[in-house]
Amino acid sequence: MNMDRRIVFILVALAVIIPMLLSVNLPVSVSEPTQKFYDYVESLPAGSTIMIGFDYGPSSLAELNPMAKALLKQCFDKDIRVIGMTLVVDAPTLVSALIQEVAAEKGAVEGEDYVFLGYRPGEIQVMLGIGTDIASVYDTDYNGTAISEIPMMQNITNYDQIDLLVDFASSDTVESWIIYANVQYNQKIAAGVTGVIIAQMFPYLQTGQLVGLLSGILGAAEYENLVGAPAKGMQWINVESFVHLLIVVLVIVGNITYFIHRSREA
Amino acid sequence: MDLWSSIGIWVAAFLTLSIYSVLYRDNPFYRFAEHLFVGVSVGYGIVLSIYQGFIPFAWKPFTAAMTGESLTGFIKLIPIGIGLLFFARLSPRHTWLIRYPIAILIGFGSGIAIPNVLRANIFEQTRGTIEPFAAIYAGTLAGWGIFEAVLMVVGVVCTLIYFFFSTEHRGPVKWLSKVGIAFLMIGFGSAFGNTVMGRVALLIQRVDFLLSDWLHIIQ
Repeated sequence: MNMDRRIVFILVALAVIIPMLLSVNLPVSVSEPTQKFYDYVESLPAGSTIMIGFDYGPSSLAELNPMAKALLKQCFDKDIRVIGMTLVVDAPTLVSALIQEVAAEKGAVEGEDYVFLGYRPGEIQVMLGIGTDIASVYDTDYNGTAISEIPMMQNITNYDQIDLLVDFASSDTVESWIIYANVQYNQKIAAGVTGVIIAQMFPYLQTGQLVGLLSGILGAAEYENLVGAPAKGMQWINVESFVHLLIVVLVIVGNITYFIHRSREA
Repeated sequence: MDLWSSIGIWVAAFLTLSIYSVLYRDNPFYRFAEHLFVGVSVGYGIVLSIYQGFIPFAWKPFTAAMTGESLTGFIKLIPIGIGLLFFARLSPRHTWLIRYPIAILIGFGSGIAIPNVLRANIFEQTRGTIEPFAAIYAGTLAGWGIFEAVLMVVGVVCTLIYFFFSTEHRGPVKWLSKVGIAFLMIGFGSAFGNTVMGRVALLIQRVDFLLSDWLHIIQ
């Protein structure tokens, strides 16, 4: 039996639009990797420094922006200083806007509470360069201000002054951070990644090479729940549940139809 | 909301609908949006690479050295010169010069990567697989934790046997490799499920944009 695939597209569209219009709220529990991530950040005292690698472009914004936003809120609430940077060429504009949006909401001051360094090419060279001297890779921040003139960077030279490195990634940058920053410089690392690459991240969590892990839009919803700032992640995971339900039903119906069709042919 | 923001939202909405229109059938709107995306992405990438890569790492040190502003900049002329050898490919007579930057890149890459990759992906992963048994021996791991530790070792060993091609897969080796296949299938299933979750999230984000920012139907 052949069904026009456009019917499936329409069903998926309805499964997204209807729950979104009805603002359905389903309970969200917190998984262990997300709890570990949250607990580690919570354990950092005020005045600590977190470096966040926003290593994703517009195509992964849907999954990673909500979790990045929730982490930024937690950091600014706890007076944790944030150094933002990216290894992805099309990320800087989006990241800069995201940090400024959250900073404005939380009253964080640029140069004192956070700094966005922008993009530099050469993934490995950037990771190793930060281990020696951040200023050797980023002589200015994204706005062009010299690193030496930024107040919060006065006592930050390399990984030694960074308490946690968080990588929000849609590609293999997490593995590179582990290989170069964790192995070479013993830097503590946590990650938030897209659903596509989450499966290959779990071994690093099990060995402790990652101190915490956020998994796609589910991880974002869980983190928003923990931070106490429900936003897009919580909204979207509810809608996501309906689409998953539809997919499960379609898979079951498809298999039943297939076996009925095969038995009739036999 | 200012005029430019409104124009931006309308353009984004038009391009979103144009891209999704391919689900009905291929059409000029889809092709226009697709080509525009490729062009804008490449152009944006080139400009940003020039301003955040070429200018701070090559042009500034080069001009500083040439004008005598910073003599230490002269040392950077060496990597700049080696990098320029990549362009030797444009001249058939000088193509051979490209071997030098490639050799340096491969040498640096291998030298820095091999020990770190071995430690991160082999030694640490092996430790992570064996360590739970030390905890079992010490009595700090019990119940479900013991089951997980045993399952992990069975999974690792059977999967490795599946990829062991130096002996014919017959008898016990065949059955162990079949168990390895089962673990692989579970892994692929998990990866596929997560991929579906990720792709659906992209759709949800675009629908959310259309319903909230563009049509103002939801908050």
